[in-house]
Amino acid sequence: MPAYILRRLIQSALILLGVSFITFFLLFVLPADPVRQIAGRSASAATVESIRHELGLDRPFLVQYARYLGGLVQGDLGRSYLQKSEVSVLIASRLPATLLLMVAAIFCELAIGLTMGIVAALRRDRFADQALMMTSFVTVSAPQFVVSLLMLYVFAVKLGWFPIGGYGTFRHLVLPAITLGILGSGWYSRMMRSSMIDVMRADYIRTARSKGLGRARVVLGHALPNAILPIIAMIGIDIGVFMGGIVVVESVFGWPGIGQLAWQAIQRIDIPIIMGVTLVSAVAIVLGNLLADLIAPFIDPRIKLK
Amino acid sequence: MNKLLTSTAVMLALCGPSLAQDYVPDPAAKQGGAIVMTYKDDVATLDPAIGYDWQNWSMIRSLFDGLMDYTPGTTDLRLGLADKYDISEDGLTYTFHLRAGVKFHNGREMTAEDVKYSLDRVTLPATQSPGSGFFGAIKGYDAMVGGTATSLEGVVVVDPLTVKIELSRPDATFLHVMAINFSAVVPKEAVEAANGDFGKMPVGTGAFKMKEWTLGQSLIFERNTDYWRAGEPYLDQITYEFGQEPIVALLRLQNGEIDIPGDGVPPAKFTEVMGDPAQKAQVVTGDVLHTGYITMNVTAAPFDNVDVRRAVNMAINKERIVQVVNNRAVPATQPLPPAMPGYTADYAGYPFDVEGAKKLLADAGFPDGFETDLYAMNTDPNPRIAQAIQQDLAAIGITANIQSLAQANVIEAGGAGTAPMIWSGGMAWVADFPDPSNFYGPILGCAGAEPGGWNWAKYCNADLDAAAVAADSMSDPAKSAERLKAWSDIYMKVMEDAPWAPVYNDQRFTMKSDRMGGADALYVDPIATVNFDYIYVK
Repeated sequence: MPAYILRRLIQSALILLGVSFITFFLLFVLPADPVRQIAGRSASAATVESIRHELGLDRPFLVQYARYLGGLVQGDLGRSYLQKSEVSVLIASRLPATLLLMVAAIFCELAIGLTMGIVAALRRDRFADQALMMTSFVTVSAPQFVVSLLMLYVFAVKLGWFPIGGYGTFRHLVLPAITLGILGSGWYSRMMRSSMIDVMRADYIRTARSKGLGRARVVLGHALPNAILPIIAMIGIDIGVFMGGIVVVESVFGWPGIGQLAWQAIQRIDIPIIMGVTLVSAVAIVLGNLLADLIAPFIDPRIKLK
Repeated sequence: MNKLLTSTAVMLALCGPSLAQDYVPDPAAKQGGAIVMTYKDDVATLDPAIGYDWQNWSMIRSLFDGLMDYTPGTTDLRLGLADKYDISEDGLTYTFHLRAGVKFHNGREMTAEDVKYSLDRVTLPATQSPGSGFFGAIKGYDAMVGGTATSLEGVVVVDPLTVKIELSRPDATFLHVMAINFSAVVPKEAVEAANGDFGKMPVGTGAFKMKEWTLGQSLIFERNTDYWRAGEPYLDQITYEFGQEPIVALLRLQNGEIDIPGDGVPPAKFTEVMGDPAQKAQVVTGDVLHTGYITMNVTAAPFDNVDVRRAVNMAINKERIVQVVNNRAVPATQPLPPAMPGYTADYAGYPFDVEGAKKLLADAGFPDGFETDLYAMNTDPNPRIAQAIQQDLAAIGITANIQSLAQANVIEAGGAGTAPMIWSGGMAWVADFPDPSNFYGPILGCAGAEPGGWNWAKYCNADLDAAAVAADSMSDPAKSAERLKAWSDIYMKVMEDAPWAPVYNDQRFTMKSDRMGGADALYVDPIATVNFDYIYVK
């Protein structure tokens, strides 16, 4: 097991190195000049060149990348081009909000998605199944902006149950979490449904049934723990998605997460922030997957980590 | 009423109308109250040497002061931290006498040393200030930029309350430069203590001081009770909340939760807001020192032919384009916006005349028109405007293929000179200070026509450059009218050469809650966007 973890960690480090190189390279070849964004409209060519030199952006690509890596291994993500602040501070200030919303949203996704998936599987090919799968199709394809605004308008503006956007209390969290839960539940419900259908066909379920176990015990005690495995892997991926930011929902609900930071940085070509957010979300995806793989043997003893 | 400026007798006589009087405060204004304003984007920085977007511009103006200032709601210069100044005969030496007893937010008294430190700081390459170029006329600037000096030779501290600034060439806009955010006076010890994060821990002499900043969430300013302009500001506290969609901000305004939605009326809601009397009453409209225009690359065929460029000017139906933007603008006749001194009011611009344009094009050797590319930024309403332009051009036989790209890509193509035509929307010039020269150098002068410059038409007329230099040498305030006339003539020549087709001048639409007081002009201030120092709660 420790050897397995070590190997996975080394693999992860290599993946992150690759991600950092590709992102850095893409930003380098981008046909847009970050210096011009900093220098603004009135800057003379001399000012532009002077800023370029100060930032070291007049160096060759590999030198720039090596400098960035050099900082990175010391835990230094650099300073924002426009804000001049440390990128690590900017990201850290957004982390609590992002993590909070991530946990709450995944909880909602699971609550809605798994329930839908299980019911659909048990009512396979009947009306309930078709209606639920149709619903999941709708939620997966619904535009985030419209759903978010609709939720905000109905439950915050019209009914006044929740504040109109913002961050800080539990009441602020409810609407964005439920919105994300609805939007993301479709993936989970479809995955859960097919996994559940597979499991329900398995021999041990027939055995359990023939033993005369009640339906609830068969489903909850035997089918569910086996059907949930692919869901765990999916949560691992989901964590990465959330860490990369959920731009639209965050901006409608005024949620100060990483997505907003990234989106603003992209608009302003603030390369250190874009790099920082990309790496943080890459780390989250890698760790999320690793975690999912590590949990799997505890749920399904047949799985051995090698 | 605030004191009239106490300049020397000679200066008073010379000052002319532009510096004649200070602001008459609103008699109904009262102290107190806290307001909430929202923005979609987080504030990038509050460092006056760095901040250069429309959002932080007004905030920085409230935290900091420069030697010069503007009368609220106008484009008229008034005194700031200087309580008088003298200009030498040759226009090369400015002596500023500072107000005594002005304190920074950290309690220390502001002196001439701080003025010098601030100007050195903004021109030092390590500061990476986008505004460094504004100080190009100060003696010793080139040595600063070149890295051979760490202090501006031309800025001399005479005594603790007097600073003398020598220029290497006369610059009639120099008082404006001393009023721009980049020349705000900052305390050295606070900049050093912030260790690179002065933009997040600003300390100035301004009407407000920063109380609290929660990154990505909110920023709170509180009244500077020691402010040197007695009785100002009126508000006790301003809270800026970030990360709010304009459309959500509007909902919150209707719900009475906020006072000013900083991003204005969202375009999608504009018709609805203007159609509802209650909401329309909350809307404030004002001029912006902005012109939206189409550039034509004069260095490449077919736009190297002046008649082709004139034909394009005559082909554009500006009224219809203004309708495309829901009448949030007025048709433009010339590069300068109407609110700018030097604007030529009696010039009607090129008429909208499709037949005339066709004839001009035929005479220029393009009876069947030609095919070209029209670059535009890819965010609404710019693609729609580009389509309107495309249709207008099609009417005279020009086939324009629209290249709808991200802002940075359009700017890149414009600077490189690879774009035959560019619709400037979303990237257009907004004046840095209210002086006609500000619309020339970088966007119409030879200097801006260099690769990477903002003169996307690549228009370079040496005669006009010389005329511009001559106009900007008239630093004597008595010659101000003559100088504005010279600038008006320059822009009329530009129109003759037609490197641009001016399309419209933006109007600003801001909203405010019913409890907000103060003249409308303060909410659409041509300099400060919103003038926080003078607005109040009823």
